[in-house]
Amino acid sequence: MIELIDIHKSFGSQKVLDGLNLTIEDGRTTVIIGKSGGGKSVLLKHMIGLLRPDSGRVIVDGVDITRLGDKELNEVRKKFGMLFQEAALFDSMNVEENVAFPLREHTKKKDSEIREIVRERLSAVGLPGVEKKMPSELSGGMRKRVGLARALAMQPRIILFDEPTTGLDPVMTEAINELIIRTQKNFDVTCVVISHDVGSIFKIGHTIAMLYEGKIVEYGAPEEIRKSENPVMHQFLAGSLEGPISIM
Amino acid sequence: MNRISIALDNFGRAVLSNVEEMGKILLLFVSTLVWMVRPPLKVRLIFKQMEFVGVKSIYVVVLTGTFTGMVLALQSYYGFRMFSAESLVGSTVALSMTRELGPVLTALMVTARAGSAMAAELGTMRVTEQIDALYVMAANPVKHLIVPRIVASVFMLPILTIVSDFMGIMGGYFVGVTILNINEGSFVRNITRYVDLDDLYNGLIKAAVFGLILSLVGCYKGFNTSGGAEGVGRATTEAVVLSSITILISDYFLTAIMF
Ligand SMILES: Nc1ncnc2c1ncn2[C@@H]1O[C@H](COP(=O)(O)OP(=O)(O)O)[C@@H](O)[C@H]1O
Ligand SMILES: [Mg+2]
Repeated sequence: MIELIDIHKSFGSQKVLDGLNLTIEDGRTTVIIGKSGGGKSVLLKHMIGLLRPDSGRVIVDGVDITRLGDKELNEVRKKFGMLFQEAALFDSMNVEENVAFPLREHTKKKDSEIREIVRERLSAVGLPGVEKKMPSELSGGMRKRVGLARALAMQPRIILFDEPTTGLDPVMTEAINELIIRTQKNFDVTCVVISHDVGSIFKIGHTIAMLYEGKIVEYGAPEEIRKSENPVMHQFLAGSLEGPISIM
Repeated sequence: MNRISIALDNFGRAVLSNVEEMGKILLLFVSTLVWMVRPPLKVRLIFKQMEFVGVKSIYVVVLTGTFTGMVLALQSYYGFRMFSAESLVGSTVALSMTRELGPVLTALMVTARAGSAMAAELGTMRVTEQIDALYVMAANPVKHLIVPRIVASVFMLPILTIVSDFMGIMGGYFVGVTILNINEGSFVRNITRYVDLDDLYNGLIKAAVFGLILSLVGCYKGFNTSGGAEGVGRATTEAVVLSSITILISDYFLTAIMF
């Protein structure tokens, strides 16, 4: 379980998170929605200790990670896999070395074994046979899927997805959604997904949370969210220009 | 009055921010030392950096070393000719190269080639979140990115300096003996008489220190990049300028201590 308690975070004079409270439940998929530039990625980075809050606590399985030193924090991070918004593949390594990286770093598996895992993860994301390509030779959508394969390599217990389907075609979007659902069910993992895609949200989310002006303003099961009277949620789901969400 | 106090204020701020930066670079150095002794050492990454810093710099080092030796021979020949001491050209070239110009020129060339690349590469990794990705996978970026670059630079700079010294002396020999017809025997004899192995060794110690400076500054600037592509450009420029200045200043103090 991940609990974010009264998180405040500013960059310079810009307040991004403003007293945010959120609980991520185990073994379920929580989808976080909100406008671009609203702080969703910042929120996700707090969950894994990449950013520290100005004040507030981030509790992962009972441990407040804002107070941990490097070593303890690394132990907590081993529970996680993360897909970055722009994939963040190592561009000095080919696809195979990228996906194999956490395995080489944290396991004593043999090379042949690692190659087999990499092959299997890559075909799971619909990219068989790209092992020897460099990240610069891939399209944005392909990079994202390689990033997904790397996030899944260690079979983590908690997976953070930063916009896994943004920029993919509808068929690929569907395939990635299926992959997230399947991974979540089969391994009973905890997923946190940031998404803009209204279709995907309801398909994969057990719980949906809406981030608005630095706080979670709506939180609930998809059925409840659909019936929500909150004007922010209304506007977001309808994709309307009219409402409290400003375009700037 | 007011203007003076504003100027003093700005000066004070500039000094403070420089001191603060020095402190941060020293902290990075300390954490590099810590991660260097913590196994496992990333040997493959170190070799890769050695190739990048060392092998790929040989061409520029050969070129700059040779021509520096040649111009030294030419200049000192014009000077020494005035009191018929042409036979000292060889030892002058050899002493200047081993003590000063070999290490300093090599370090400046490698700064331009490899130090800048370190800042650009790490800077790009920072702004594209590859460094965050390392943290997320519980892999320490200092160990993976910075230790190999610093170890490789400290190790390769002395080797490149030997190449530069040698080529400089060969260049000096070519200009002195072949073009200016200085007696070959006295040219060589004076080199062996006036140049000690200590001159060479001290030059190589300098080179190792310069290797540390250029890699540490390059990594520091890259590692702390922010602000997209523009930020990467800024980090690269700052790395080259700061490294070059630091190399030249520390050269004076190293010389004062050693010779
Ligand atoms: N490391 C940082 N330094 C300064 N500002 C940042 C940093 N990370 C994010 N921001 C700012 O915080 C705001 C929220 O960003 P982000 O979380 O990426 O939004 P999104 O909801 O689209 O993922 C943006 O205005 C961004 O400029
Ligand atoms: Mg984002």
